[in-house]
Formats: sequence, structure tokens, C-alpha cells
Amino acid sequence: MRSHKMLFGLQLGFTLAVCAFLIVPVVLSILAGLTSNYFVGLESGLTLRWVFEVWDGYRDTIFRSIGISLACLLVTLVLGVPTAYVLTRSGSRLSRVVEELLMLPIAVPGLATALALISAYGGMGSFRTSWTFILVGHVLFTLPFMVRSVLAVLASIDLKTLEEGAASLGAGFRQRFFDIVLPNCRNGILAGSLMVVTLSIGEFNLTWLLHTPLTKTLPVGLADAYASLRLEIGSAYTLIFLLMIVPLLLALQAIARPRRKRFIRDDPVPEST
Amino acid sequence: MIYLLLPAAAFFGAFFLLPMCRLFLVGGSGTRGWSAYTAILTDPVYFNALLATLGVAAATTVATLLISAIAGVFLQRHRFPGNALLVSMLTLPLAFPGVVIGFMVIMLAGRQGLIGALTQALGGDKWVFAYSLGGLFMGYVYFSVPRTILTVMSATEKLDHRLEEAARSLGASTWRVVLDVILPGLKPAFISAGAICFATAVGAFGTAFTLAARINVLPMVIYTEFTLSANIAMAAALSFVLGAVTWLVLALARTAAGSTVAAAG
Repeated sequence: MRSHKMLFGLQLGFTLAVCAFLIVPVVLSILAGLTSNYFVGLESGLTLRWVFEVWDGYRDTIFRSIGISLACLLVTLVLGVPTAYVLTRSGSRLSRVVEELLMLPIAVPGLATALALISAYGGMGSFRTSWTFILVGHVLFTLPFMVRSVLAVLASIDLKTLEEGAASLGAGFRQRFFDIVLPNCRNGILAGSLMVVTLSIGEFNLTWLLHTPLTKTLPVGLADAYASLRLEIGSAYTLIFLLMIVPLLLALQAIARPRRKRFIRDDPVPEST
Repeated sequence: MIYLLLPAAAFFGAFFLLPMCRLFLVGGSGTRGWSAYTAILTDPVYFNALLATLGVAAATTVATLLISAIAGVFLQRHRFPGNALLVSMLTLPLAFPGVVIGFMVIMLAGRQGLIGALTQALGGDKWVFAYSLGGLFMGYVYFSVPRTILTVMSATEKLDHRLEEAARSLGASTWRVVLDVILPGLKPAFISAGAICFATAVGAFGTAFTLAARINVLPMVIYTEFTLSANIAMAAALSFVLGAVTWLVLALARTAAGSTVAAAG
């Protein structure tokens, strides 16, 4: 029994150390963003000066990132939900191939995707310099997450029976899609949406090559600030970023936890994150 | 019904498949011609970068799997007050972008970092390793631990308790149970999580970019070729090869583990 206690203690200690490794730098960065002079330490006093400085200098990147992420959400919903539905219903060899293809943009590094986009469309000046160029990259990268999230929910319910029931009562395709399919994959759509917005707001690998001086996003501004401004400003900027992204992450955690059982098929589908 | 796929297919064809084909052609259009695609093996500069990249990725994968296995199995198996809080703290950095993670490494191991301050206070040298391969390794582990812990936890949840009880009742020690029952049961999860970890570390760019331009890993080399040397053909060839490598790693893992595997970040 004593050795069991000791083992428990060792594992708990280890887990706490891992937790500290992940959380301590976040706390340090928040503190640095609110400290007058981080080199001197907290004695130099707390201030919102750096936050305001970031707000003045980089406000546009914040709004641009929010705008792009919402546009990205809209496009991934329109493209992704019907795709997930077709993939669930057809279940053929073709749908395996389509799924495989759709996942490619997250298997291939963002750098490669961005260079590919530039080599194909870099010559189209007005498209290259507009924010929609970044949007295209974000949609490529986030679409797989929306599709997978909706697929996971659709695969766990017996959609075929539900639809057949509705059809036998005279519901047309449009009615079935909006009244049966969409409400049933609500949770998948919600989880997918949160994921898409979170990833789009934080996307850097693609965006760094796709952006122009007039279309800087938040992470691009962050990289700028880290490279050229003092630590306090980088930290304050990170703080603003965290304020935007942490609520989304907490919401994601909250909807991932309770697994309500509905019209469940026999084989459970492993969660894919 | 299949026509519902058309919008996504059109988007994907126009903005991914077509550009990728174009990238492949551009890769062969430089001064080296098609031999640009083999330069990664024949040119020492690129080959060394490849070795450094694969080395960091391998080290990241091993460290992440070790850390996540211990913490993940522990959190899934023991319910205690604060468990849920620990899990949510451990998975909070899940969607932090590479740039931010680079900054977190700087907060820990940078010039004004915590580790430097601690080692100095303890009377030793000031440890600063953020701007090197060591910092990159730390950043990739930071990035990969949250998602790997989640994978380990959900795989542990699905393990059959009865197998462990049977092993115990037959007199197996805790270590034997871990080695012969728990670890083999978690193997598919390890393979898929490890592959994601490896592929992400090979292709990630943001963390290296924040830490230093001098870190000689492939994504940084590609970026320098593209911007500083304006050698677009070489950048295209290298990134095409890099994409093929990460895709291959994930595809192999998927065949081995039998589930959907994809990198993120």
C-alpha cells in the first residue's frame, strides 16, 4: 500500500510539473505585459500602458483577424457541412478518397501550401494584395476540422433511418436536410465552428507568406512585435491575443466534455481531434 | 446528392490541387532544373538542415510521448479533487499558434527568462537556450503535449480493465502490467499521436521564426531561400519535398494505427 501511495505521489508530482511547464510561461507573459519594466520586476509597478500602446499601434490587425476568422467560419460552414453529409451518406470508396484529399492541407506544412498559392495566384495583383488571399489559405487549413467535427457526430447517429422515416412521411430533401440533418449535427457544427475560429485567429504558417503590409493579421503583428519591440509590448500583445482565444478554448473544452447520447448506432466512433 | 460536394470540390481544386501542381512545376524551373528535387540529399547545406529537422522532430516525438503517457494515464485512472482543473490547464495551450509558443519559450529560456534567472540565483551560469535547437525542441514539446495527452486519455478510457485485473490476479507486478498490458493497449494511440507530433515538428515554422532566423531547420531554410535569396524554384522544390515527407509519415501511421491521423498547427 505504501508503494502505491508513493507511486501516486510521483505521478502527481510529474503531472504538476508538466502543468507548470505549460502554464508558468503564460502567467509570466501576462505579468510582463502589465509590468512597467519587466527587467526590474514587479516592484516597478503595474501598468496598462503597454496594452494601450499595442491597441494604438496594432488595433487594425485585431479587427482584421476577427473579420477573417468570421468569413472563414462562414465559408467552412457552407462548404464543410454538406461535404460531411455526403461523405456520411455515400460511404463509398470515392468518399474515402475525398476525405483523404480534404485532409491534405493539414498534413502538408502551411509553408508549402502558401508557396503553392503564391506560385499559382501571385501574379493576380488585386487578389494577391487583398485579405481574401489570406482567407483562402485559412479556409484550406480549417475546412478539414469542420468536416471531421461534423463527420464525427453524423457517424454516431443513425442518419439513414431518421431520413427514411422523414421521407416516408413525405419530407423532401431540402426539408430533411434542414429539419433532420442540421439539428442532429448541431454539436458537431458548434465544436467545428469554435475550432475554425480559434485556428483562423491564430494561423501564422500560411499567413506570414500570404500577407502584405496592408493585410497584417494578429499573429503577423505578434511576430513583428516579438522581433522588434520590447518584451513588455510583445507580452501585452500576447495578452490581448489570449483574451480573445482563451474563451474560445474554454468553450471548446466545455462542449467536448458532456457526451449526451442520442440516437446512437452500435459502434462508437473514436473522437478525432 | 453528390452535387452537394461540388462547391467544396471546386474550391479545393482551384486553391489546393492546382497550386500544388504549379508548385511542383516551379520547383523544376530553376537553375538546377529538376535536380532541385534531389538537392535535399545531394547538397550538404540542405541535407544538414534535413538532418537537424528530422533530429528535432524525433526527439520531440519521444519526449512528448513519454510525458503524455505518464500524465495522461495518471489523469484518466485517478479521480481526485482538482483533476478536471489539471486537465483543462494541460489542454489550454491546445490551439496556441507557433509564434506564441516561441514567445513562451523566450519567457522560460530567453535572455530575460525564468530559467536563466533561477540558474543565476542558484549561483550558476545564466542558462539561455531559447534561441537554439534546444529552444525549438522545448517549443515543439510545449505545442504537442496538450493534444497528445488528450489522445492518451481517450485511449486509456477505452482500455479493458479486466485484462489488467487478470494480469494482477496472475501475480504480475505493477511494472509488468504497465509493460505487458497497458502499453500494448495504447500502441495505436501512440503511433497516431507520435506521427502527428513528428509531422508537425517537421513542418512547423512559427516557433522557429520567433526564436531565431539562425536555427537551421528546413522550414527556415525554405523561408530564407524564398525571401532573402529569392530562389523561388529551390523554395518550391524543398517545400514540396517537405510536404511529401509529412504526408507520408501520417499516411504510414494511419495504415499502422488504423484511424484518422492528421497534423495540426
